[in-house]
Amino acid sequence: MSINSMKILLASATAITGMAVGTGMSFAQEITYMCSSDGTECATAREIFDRFEEENPGVTVKIDEVPYKAILESLPVQLAAGDAPDMAKLTDLGGLAQYYLDLTPYVDADYWEKSFGGTLDWYRKGPDDNGIYGLHSQLTITGAYINKTLFEQAEVEVPGPDATWDDWAAATKEVAEKTETQFPMAMDRSGHRIAGPAISAGAKLFNEDGTGMLVDEGFTNYVKKFVEWHNDGTMARDVWAGTGGSSYQAADKEFINGQLVYYYSGSWQVAKLDEQIGDAFDWEVVGTPCGEGGCSGMPGGAGIVGFASTEHPELVAKAIDYLAQEENYAEMTAKTKNIPAHAAVAQKGVEYPDTSPAAAEALNAWAAQVSKISPIAYAYQGYKNNRAMFNISVERITQAIVGELTVDEAMERAKEDLKKALSEVQ
Amino acid sequence: MLAVLNPLMRLIEVPMKWMQDTLGLKNPAWLFLLPNLILFGLFAFLPVIINFVYSLTGSDGILLANRPYVGASNFDYLLDCGSYVDPNSCRDDFFWRAVHNTILFVILQVGLMVGFSLLTALILNRKIRARGFFRSVFFFPVLLSPVVVALIWKWILQREGVLNAWLEAIGLESFNWLLDPSWAFGWSVFLSIWAHMGFYTLILLAGLQAIPRDVYEAAMMDRASPWRVFRRITLPLLMPTMLVVLVLALIKGVQTFDEIFAFTGGGPGSATTFIIQYIYNTGFAGTPRLFGLASAASIMLAVVLVILTFLQLWANRKNVDG
Repeated sequence: MSINSMKILLASATAITGMAVGTGMSFAQEITYMCSSDGTECATAREIFDRFEEENPGVTVKIDEVPYKAILESLPVQLAAGDAPDMAKLTDLGGLAQYYLDLTPYVDADYWEKSFGGTLDWYRKGPDDNGIYGLHSQLTITGAYINKTLFEQAEVEVPGPDATWDDWAAATKEVAEKTETQFPMAMDRSGHRIAGPAISAGAKLFNEDGTGMLVDEGFTNYVKKFVEWHNDGTMARDVWAGTGGSSYQAADKEFINGQLVYYYSGSWQVAKLDEQIGDAFDWEVVGTPCGEGGCSGMPGGAGIVGFASTEHPELVAKAIDYLAQEENYAEMTAKTKNIPAHAAVAQKGVEYPDTSPAAAEALNAWAAQVSKISPIAYAYQGYKNNRAMFNISVERITQAIVGELTVDEAMERAKEDLKKALSEVQ
Repeated sequence: MLAVLNPLMRLIEVPMKWMQDTLGLKNPAWLFLLPNLILFGLFAFLPVIINFVYSLTGSDGILLANRPYVGASNFDYLLDCGSYVDPNSCRDDFFWRAVHNTILFVILQVGLMVGFSLLTALILNRKIRARGFFRSVFFFPVLLSPVVVALIWKWILQREGVLNAWLEAIGLESFNWLLDPSWAFGWSVFLSIWAHMGFYTLILLAGLQAIPRDVYEAAMMDRASPWRVFRRITLPLLMPTMLVVLVLALIKGVQTFDEIFAFTGGGPGSATTFIIQYIYNTGFAGTPRLFGLASAASIMLAVVLVILTFLQLWANRKNVDG
């Protein structure tokens, strides 16, 4: 080969390489998904996004798995500072609505409305907003689990579906006494968790103009009972009185260890209970006890949203839309052992792989509870200032439990706190 | 060596001389201080100013541009009290509960810690067996991370913790130590003393060792009793060091947050919530995030800390001047 031919070959190779790199660079797009997981949510999302990447060469979805606390505390600051990821899985659905990317221009809006109609409102800025902002990936409902084995051992009849809180308190206390179990009842320390029982007790939570009210007769009545149960040993004090501020505290360990008869939490615990209880004892879902306001749990869960600050809005919308497709959504629901928010997936039913009969039964029982959810509970879940109301509930009710305030004083303080919080919200 | 250094020094001499000619004899010092001044200004002084500006604004906006000016209303809100000794009479009862808790904590923790540190230093200053080992043992907790300290004691004191296991083993009833407000507070004081005592013991030990031996020898010749020696020689000569320890412990006590937050979360209720946790809860953990209120509280705390810092500087100066 002559020198000239070599030069031409070298120049051509350089040019081709340059073009290839240039072309590659112009197509390579990376989006970041901030994800937190109760179990397998992020890993399942990874599996589905792997397929998405295969179908969209040059696209990378980077999953940044963070603790749930980071989603609650760091993400809002990042968003306000303009340093947010492209998309995230979050639970403060209405509270961060101002930052969401409207997916409407990039997705089939009819499909989304038909599939997720009930939950789309939770992500909207207000009643006049018709945008599509979030994929509700994890529909949850709050309610109770019981240790069925303890009921059988105590030979106490399990209260029926219309049983009230008083019925449950009496039954679980009897079971705990007869079986020498440490705690009759426990509820996760969360304003979201106590909302369902309060609504069932008649709490309205909202003023007539739709602004948050929190404290009314129904709410106060339930709090009085709740505090009383802590004082007489019906409720496990460790959970609510065991910490300060508005920190979340679960009682799952006590239930898993067989130290608790009745555990008020939510549907997201199924996978954990199934895995960790195994065949140690029988457990089942009993939903939310009834009162004059119904037998309502609180809907909730997590959703995946894109942020308006992203440099790749179309790609973010495409990625979320990919997860929203029926087949992918069904896979995500099944692998993460959640209740589907997708109408068609819910209608067809979900087959949960590697699930014990107890867990499958529990998931179906949760699905059956959805019809009992009060409209107030739906409104509360979608209310943009609900987190302020949740936190106030936890802080003030805890003060009443530990004796820093009476229930009436705590409720007066809660009203003032809410007034202050709403006046500060932009 | 000098043969190498001399030409190098001459190289430096040229720009130095030029600088002195241009800036004068005293001003080049400022030039050398400038990098530090810039860093200090940017990362310490400027945030203090920003914090003060935030304390005069309201709303839950993060950027200053989105926050309306509200004057002193955040300070008014914090200071609106029927009686400062009764948090229930205050508009922001959480703030005043935190203030009360902090004051009681500082009095107990600092008083007991300085007392125990002095006692430990006096013992460790004597010729006892395995003195080096015991000195290490007392200092060891200082090396632990606050979260580790909190977790260790949480595991010991929780419902199914080590302490209750021991109590049950000897036939006593177990007790939920961290669910009772008074016990939780008491254990918080204990934990804080346990974690920090080693540091102050070390300073006091150094102070004790700096006391000349001949003074003690003279006292021995005069047949002075040990208590008299302690009261008339050790304590007066150790006082400058004690003062430094006291002020340092006071500042640290007022700033207590991390280990107690990990230990009790501020609970039960607000029994172990101190002022720094109030600021954190208000500005960062709560919803909405009330940065203005949190900033106002931190400004008030800063005033207290500045007073304590001046006290420390005065104590240091007294120490140096004898």
